[in-house]
Amino acid sequence: MTPVISWQRRPDGIVVLTLDDATQSTNTMNQSYVESMSSTVDRLAVERDGIAGVVVTSAKDSFLVGMDLKEFSAGPPDPQLVYRLAATVKAQFRRLEKLGRPVVAALNGTALGGGLELALACHHRIAVDRPDARFGLPEVTLGLLPGGGGVTRVVRMLGLQEALMTVLLQGRRLRPKAALDAGLLDELVSTPEELIERAVEWILANPDASQPWDRPGFRVPGGIPREMLPAFPANLRKQLKGAHYPAPHHIMCAAVEGLSVDVDTALRIEGRWFADLVGTPIQRNLTKAFFFDLTHLNKGGSRPSAVPRSAPVAKVGVVGAGMMGAGIAAACAKRGIDVVVMDVAEESVARAGAAHERITGTGALEDLAGCEVVIEAVFEDQALKHDTYRRLAAIAPDALLASNTSSLPITGLAAAAHDPARFIGLHFFSPVERMPLVEIIRGRETSDEALARAYDLVRQIDKTPIVVNDSRGFFTSRVFGVYVMEGLAMLAEGLPAASVEQAALQAGYPVGPLAVVDEVTLTLPRKLRAEARKAGVDTPAHPGEVVLDRMVEEFGRTGKAGGAGFYDYPADGPKRLWPGLAAAFGTKPGEPAVPLSEMQDRMLFAEALEARKCLAEGVLHSEADGNIGSLFGIGFPPWTGGVLNFAEQHPRFAARARELAAAYGGRFLPG
Amino acid sequence: MEAFIYEAIRTPRGRGKASGALYEVKPVSLVVGLIDELRRRFPSLDPARIDDLVLGCVTAVGDQGMVIARTAALLAGLPDTVAGLTLNRFCASGLEAVNTAAQKVRAGWDDLILAGGIESMSRVPMGSDGGAIMMDPECGYAIGVIPQGISADLLATVEAFDRSDVDSYAARSHARAAKAWADGGFDRSVVAVRDRIGQVILDRDEHIRPETTTGTLSGLEPSFAGIGELGGFDAVALQRYHWIDRIDHVHTAGNSSGIVDGAALVLVGSEAVGYDLGLTPRARVVAAAVTGAEPTIMLTGPAVAARKALARARLRADQIDLYEVNEAFAAVPLRFMRDLDVAPEQVNVNGGAIAMGHPLGATGAMLVGTLLDELERRELRYGMATLCVGGGMGIATIIERL
Repeated sequence: MTPVISWQRRPDGIVVLTLDDATQSTNTMNQSYVESMSSTVDRLAVERDGIAGVVVTSAKDSFLVGMDLKEFSAGPPDPQLVYRLAATVKAQFRRLEKLGRPVVAALNGTALGGGLELALACHHRIAVDRPDARFGLPEVTLGLLPGGGGVTRVVRMLGLQEALMTVLLQGRRLRPKAALDAGLLDELVSTPEELIERAVEWILANPDASQPWDRPGFRVPGGIPREMLPAFPANLRKQLKGAHYPAPHHIMCAAVEGLSVDVDTALRIEGRWFADLVGTPIQRNLTKAFFFDLTHLNKGGSRPSAVPRSAPVAKVGVVGAGMMGAGIAAACAKRGIDVVVMDVAEESVARAGAAHERITGTGALEDLAGCEVVIEAVFEDQALKHDTYRRLAAIAPDALLASNTSSLPITGLAAAAHDPARFIGLHFFSPVERMPLVEIIRGRETSDEALARAYDLVRQIDKTPIVVNDSRGFFTSRVFGVYVMEGLAMLAEGLPAASVEQAALQAGYPVGPLAVVDEVTLTLPRKLRAEARKAGVDTPAHPGEVVLDRMVEEFGRTGKAGGAGFYDYPADGPKRLWPGLAAAFGTKPGEPAVPLSEMQDRMLFAEALEARKCLAEGVLHSEADGNIGSLFGIGFPPWTGGVLNFAEQHPRFAARARELAAAYGGRFLPG
Repeated sequence: MEAFIYEAIRTPRGRGKASGALYEVKPVSLVVGLIDELRRRFPSLDPARIDDLVLGCVTAVGDQGMVIARTAALLAGLPDTVAGLTLNRFCASGLEAVNTAAQKVRAGWDDLILAGGIESMSRVPMGSDGGAIMMDPECGYAIGVIPQGISADLLATVEAFDRSDVDSYAARSHARAAKAWADGGFDRSVVAVRDRIGQVILDRDEHIRPETTTGTLSGLEPSFAGIGELGGFDAVALQRYHWIDRIDHVHTAGNSSGIVDGAALVLVGSEAVGYDLGLTPRARVVAAAVTGAEPTIMLTGPAVAARKALARARLRADQIDLYEVNEAFAAVPLRFMRDLDVAPEQVNVNGGAIAMGHPLGATGAMLVGTLLDELERRELRYGMATLCVGGGMGIATIIERL
């Protein structure tokens, strides 16, 4: 078997090590790598005297993209095995950086996780400034930590505060310039050809290269910031909003505990905190969702496989230049698609057009002729939408016609389209720039080809698609709605509003139900429920409805856009819960009799039960769509791995649901 | 076997910064000065009968390190047989020292103990000793300890004590302390600190501002709002006390205990040793208790400890004539009075730490002296000293005037 790392000695005495795993398209830190690196560091030690320096590079498009995550998800967890594996990898890194000869990482492409950690164990890091290259330590987002010495080294390079705040706790994948600015890279070159050349130059100019932490008198930049230390755990709790996430906690502990000891002891301490994360339910959930499920969908998991990949879309039309329409236009333009955006309101059109040079604003729907895809983003009014489609039938009859509606059933809208087979729902989320999810809704008539084209377009603009079959509320709005209603029900029962919000935040929701319904306005859920009832859909009375009704009708508080809702929105300060809530809803004073965990279960179970119904009814194409949709579209707590995974992973889901039903009502009965 | 209190003395409290009168005085010297005074007051006290010198000291490093109690005993010229012990239970340390002495005597294993405390906050600042609870993120995250000032603001918010409530309390502390000084209320217990040629360095509590009113206090900025926000500590508090919407930051430098320097000594002994040495007991230690309560709010321990001590003494709260409840922050005695249904007329009648300052390791012992002096002046019977303590602990001691 060809070793992963090849050895090429140059006439100038520099050895070039090239990573190239013949069995994969990317290099990962798998068993073959470990074995190959072991013999490589052995050989470097033996031949050291005749070596001028070492360059580490890769023959793949990327450098090395991290540990083999399948090892972290398959089978029962074995923290001791992972501890030993990490120790082996780190020992190899130590031998490399203490070789006594300069070692340079020549980063031809992306280096993430273990790949970047290998580079950090080199004395100098040079990268090609490619627009598609990414550098970072994203382990925290998967419930892990950079266990290849990443915590220990980054702290020693940047100091404690900066290491935690800008690199380790965030887990961002940085572009080359940003990685350079963050201190993770030392220099950039414009072309791959210059890469080795620059590496060689640096080696020859720095024959005595060593790591800062291996030099006498080394002090971690900023030392131990004693006055600020007590604030670290408090600020982490604040950042996490009280939700339980072991990974950032363990990173913080490993980083601080490693400060006051030597580098090798610090690496060992890091290793123990790392091993403690492996195989925990949260780690497995995060990895399943954010690595496996996400990759599955991004690579076409819910796309009709028989339809060949379409050519990239060159021109998109957007009808409606409101916040959503403008956002959709910008998202397309940023990825190189020409956009024509139309609205009757001149100011909106002008604003949308000014956002990017590829966007042309117009007041004439006729200017959308020639668009391959037209996305309708006008008001949520069936008649208005129908009218738009009828007019588009003449203007762009062959276009894929999509609606950004969040609630109007697609099949009904399709009836007014020129060709219902080419009509589909493309439900974007606000703000479009930040939300990576697009909920694709397939109408009864929508063809496989249309679905495939829509899927490809979503991927073309670098967003993640989920596929949902047409029904009222689709998936996201329907499941989101029960979260809000449960929060309102708790308020109606006399539970403190602050506790309701804290319960949600501490459960891992990014925004509490009262804050979020303020954002979407209180009239929206009222309207949706009214429409559903009018359409004859069985919509049983919910104990939270009385709160909505009274807030709107009695108090005139309709939400943030209206100036006041469950919160007040002062001009000069952060929002505050309306002090009148306690009197309005009979809040019992003092600590609630119900524990926070029970309040949390109500919200989590309400959504999980609704999501399971969606799956059973065939609304969801697959569980992955449900999980990713819940995580990226409606803020379901990430530690669960998604709304369906939450139910599946729960030790006693059905029994707990029945307990909640007995206490709070039949809406909690498991199907 | 009973433990009697034969005497209780203290230094005046100097401001706990470089401009304070006692900044120039070594902590060991403050203690030696009090030992000398006891020997002067009780010429018949044979120092060879002293078993131990037990001192509370919170930041026992630097000038206060290496068992300062033993150092003081030796420097004071006490016989080599007088042992020394430094102990730390945060703010409770001085009272813990008295309790420890009482326990030793009641056990029959020791006869005569000098118990008290020393804290020079100007020379050895609070927090100089680091400590895992503040410095180790695993501890901080799990335990949820926040700076005590934010705990105080949390307590005030939970109890709905507003700014005027706490400022009124503080103004009263200053007024009572000033009056007590003017009336000679501290004449017996306060021993002037002198230099080595006998000149007075300090003979009064420096921190008191007799002119304090709610008006002068109302203009002060809340001390803990900034750090509550920037340090993430408000968020930690609100996560635990989730039914509270936001922390009302009511505590200021004016209604929180002062940072000061000071020392105290209480002479604790058996009945027999009193007879032997011709000492007249002033009080007996009836009962004592320590306990703990929720660490984030931190300051609710006194009532819990009080109830535990009362149960042990088989007394009720309404049988206690006078209370000394350490004024770490105004919200603390306010909450205690509510918890035990005790009137302000019985609590901290001669002012407290808001006016006079809180030399951490010594305060508990100072409260014993203040309490005893006033029980004698009013010819009352039972008194209780109690303090809130870091980490949520509480301590209470009941004494009976003889």
